[in-house]
Amino acid sequence: MWVKNIVRFNVNARYYANCRAELVVGTIRGIEVRMKNNPTHNRIKSSAKNANGDKNGSGPLQPGTVAPNFELNSTPDQKVDLIHFRGRPVILAFYPADWSPVCGDQLALYNEILPDFNKYAAQLIGISVDGTWCHTAYAQNRQLHFPLLADFEPKGAVARMYGVYDDSVGECERALFVIDKDGIIRWSYVSPAGVNPGADGILRALESLDKKKELAHA
Amino acid sequence: MPNESESPTLSMPVSDRRDHIQGPATAAVTLVEYGDYQCPYCGEAYGVLKKLMPKLGDSARLVFRNFPLTQIHPHAEHAAEAAEAANAQGKFWKMHDILYERQTALEDEDLVSYAGEIGLDVARFQAELFERKFIDRIREDFQSGVRSGVNGTPTFFINGRRHDGPFDLQTLSEAVMMAMNSGQEARPHKHHRPQA
Repeated sequence: MWVKNIVRFNVNARYYANCRAELVVGTIRGIEVRMKNNPTHNRIKSSAKNANGDKNGSGPLQPGTVAPNFELNSTPDQKVDLIHFRGRPVILAFYPADWSPVCGDQLALYNEILPDFNKYAAQLIGISVDGTWCHTAYAQNRQLHFPLLADFEPKGAVARMYGVYDDSVGECERALFVIDKDGIIRWSYVSPAGVNPGADGILRALESLDKKKELAHA
Repeated sequence: MPNESESPTLSMPVSDRRDHIQGPATAAVTLVEYGDYQCPYCGEAYGVLKKLMPKLGDSARLVFRNFPLTQIHPHAEHAAEAAEAANAQGKFWKMHDILYERQTALEDEDLVSYAGEIGLDVARFQAELFERKFIDRIREDFQSGVRSGVNGTPTFFINGRRHDGPFDLQTLSEAVMMAMNSGQEARPHKHHRPQA
């Protein structure tokens, strides 16, 4: 029987080298079993948006809005309160799910350019509806050096506050917010589903915060 | 908010002096790849480009820029440095090809043995590799990618605009053909320079 040939099966889905859409879901007789995903067409069908780019009517909070405060768990026994970062810029990266390939790329990229964010003293925070145990495993696997917050219970409450919850799939949209040191949203962006937004927009937003600061001091 | 229907564009123009280019400057289409030598998807893309580029002949050129994701690919940056060290001896593409063909063996001793295989001055190669002579250039490539909206590896730019679709042979061919056909519409791309 084929099933008898399974020597080892890794329940821990390991992301194969992590840079594109492939999950190693197990090992059968020493051969890795991979689950392929199309990073670009992933869930594109469920992503019909209205003109404002949102799927629940309100749309993402716009620049100039005070960033709603929240407190979410980053690990099973640690909470992160947004207000603690007052005094430095914060980048909120809402993403649909841990382990999903496009997110992997996105967070791997942000992880790689943390030094660039650090130049602006900016704190990067990832948020999805996954639970803390899932986040912990994911962050360890990908060696992520920034917190992932669990918008888990009530599910998606923070994403809804920011206008970036996708009711049709029960996940956060792929949305970015840059919040200044005073807690005001200065830039927001919702990416089409399946398209990784990259980091150029974030860096431009951080740069313009810096320029405003320079002007204020001039 | 930025227009979501438009993909980002290349922020650092292609330079004949600086970039690694295969194909003529007169080509109608310039395909820029930001790649990582340890990334298996870049490995797949390498195979696709080996089939695609000869078919396009003189109408397309390929540019390779480094985008090593060092946090997840511990050998990627050194491999990129090896390719740059080979470039210093005029053999960038030979090293580039061998790195993608043997992606699973990118330890330092592998890199040195490839240098010997492609006929480099191994002592010079080793010295330049270990003094990290080309690291600034690699970081410059990387930063230009970040600023251009590179969002994973590989990321392609076709005539300066990020290609957001898959990169199998058919999709990439179609995207290149489309750029070729729309070339006459004189949409100036940042990296298209007037020919002298």
